[in-house]
Amino acid sequence: MTAARRFLTKRRVLLFCYIALAPVLALFLYVRVIPIGFGVWLSFHKWNLLSPAKPFVGLLNYQLLMEDENFHLALWNTTLYSFSTVILSTAIALPLAVFLARRSRLSAFYQTIYFLPVITPMVPVSIAWKWIYDYNYGILNYGLGLLGIKSVAWLSDPDTALWALVIMGVWKVLGYNMVLFLVGIRNIPAMYLEAASLDGANAWQRFWRVTFPLLRPILLYVLVTSTINAYNVFTQVYVMTLGSQAAPGQAVRMLVFDIYTNGFQFFRFGYAAAEAVTLTLIVLGLTVIQFSLARNDPTREK
Amino acid sequence: MKRRNKLLGRIGVLAVHCVLMAGALVMVMPMLWMLATAFKPAPEIALWPPVFLPQAPTFDNFTGAFETAPFGRFFLNSLFIAGVGTLSVIVTSLVAGTVFAKYRFPGRGLLFGMVIATAIVPFEAYMIPLYLQLVQIEWINTYQGIILPYLFMAFGIFLMRQHVGSAIPGELMEAARVDGAGEWWIMARVIAPLSGNALAAVGIFSFIQGWGIFIWPLLIANDQMLFNMELGLTAFQFRFSADTGKLMAGSVVSTAPMLVVFLLLRRRIIENMALTGIK
Repeated sequence: MTAARRFLTKRRVLLFCYIALAPVLALFLYVRVIPIGFGVWLSFHKWNLLSPAKPFVGLLNYQLLMEDENFHLALWNTTLYSFSTVILSTAIALPLAVFLARRSRLSAFYQTIYFLPVITPMVPVSIAWKWIYDYNYGILNYGLGLLGIKSVAWLSDPDTALWALVIMGVWKVLGYNMVLFLVGIRNIPAMYLEAASLDGANAWQRFWRVTFPLLRPILLYVLVTSTINAYNVFTQVYVMTLGSQAAPGQAVRMLVFDIYTNGFQFFRFGYAAAEAVTLTLIVLGLTVIQFSLARNDPTREK
Repeated sequence: MKRRNKLLGRIGVLAVHCVLMAGALVMVMPMLWMLATAFKPAPEIALWPPVFLPQAPTFDNFTGAFETAPFGRFFLNSLFIAGVGTLSVIVTSLVAGTVFAKYRFPGRGLLFGMVIATAIVPFEAYMIPLYLQLVQIEWINTYQGIILPYLFMAFGIFLMRQHVGSAIPGELMEAARVDGAGEWWIMARVIAPLSGNALAAVGIFSFIQGWGIFIWPLLIANDQMLFNMELGLTAFQFRFSADTGKLMAGSVVSTAPMLVVFLLLRRRIIENMALTGIK
């Protein structure tokens, strides 16, 4: 090949790269990069769909947000929901994965069952749970009745509504976390555990001294992804606060629901954008904290 | 001593299985209860104490639901939205994944980094500005507006880059080039056929995701004729919340395609979801 031809080929390939990427990147810019930037810009403006003037207001939206009782409530509810869901689903998924780590037909069966809720769509599942939580005809109250526990108005009682959502949230995400742990456990070389066995470690010690430390990266990943997802809880809140026997709006007011209300019921888009930016910052902050906690792990020194 | 340990071990295994079984029952219960209720006539639904299996199974709830609301239309809308999204995600993931994996060009690291970095930002955080953008181009209340954010998937691009980068030898592409093949031809005839599994994984996830979308259609579909199954079900629940039988029938119809996909491709879904962390 002559130098000229090689140059031409190189140019042709470069051109191909940019042409091939152009549509994807254009789409990416339009539906992701621009809205993220536009959202930040929006949060500094008073942007009401109903009034034509959209003045720059600086940090006013954020200031108002800090004084907004609905926001406080939503932030508290969402935090309580997220921490409970993440901790419970992780604490159940990890031992579950340990028990299912040995490959067998039965293990595959259990995996399928526990994973089932992960792929089912949120709306029908929320409707089914609403029916389970029903005060008069709900199967949960029936079951509790068999154990001698009095019926609970799961969704309409403000004291239990949030926990009803937590239970459903754990049920939905459990299988996903389980599978992640399962892969992590199966990737641990068998000889590590055999060596520990030979040294006289029992199953309990093998788990805490070998398996668990090696699972830390996966644990971190599970915590980060489930926290992000939990903070964005919306669909089940929306479904369960609608219609008869629904949860009282305030008891399960969550951040995305509050953003939705501010934006699409009161048309305060600038304000809602400020709330969305705040949500993103909270989630990113939590992610950073989780990463640094994982790094400053005291047990790793030895 | 040894025998006692063995016995204890057996009992332990048995206990673990009992717990796992009980847990499994709890996991499938909501779905089974939904299914059972959907086939019960109204008087049986209001029975107390509840009877689990329908005594006089009936399809009335299904026919009733489809008569009261255009569930057929909702179902087709869901199929259409998820289907178009999936096709587009497969193509964009293949193209972008291949280019990022196998070609060197200025800006490559920056562009790929941007795709991955913004994937962390949740959709809920930028849906409002995106909504305003679509108001501007008058795409509110249109199919293209509903589908637009689901035409590509950052994780799909990531997955395909990993796959093409590690599984497709550069020599194969070089050989095709020597034979005079163009880059597009190589992508379609060399890389795509060797990426069946990865593309299928991307497609499955995209379909599951596209089938379940809720908050975005809630914002931008005002016309009932554009509702997907999820939105239609919610609207139905809002108007007929007391009609449990029909609600459960609608829920079964909305869940069924995902269950079929899952049961057919169970192993691949679980393994791939674990390996890539896609959700």
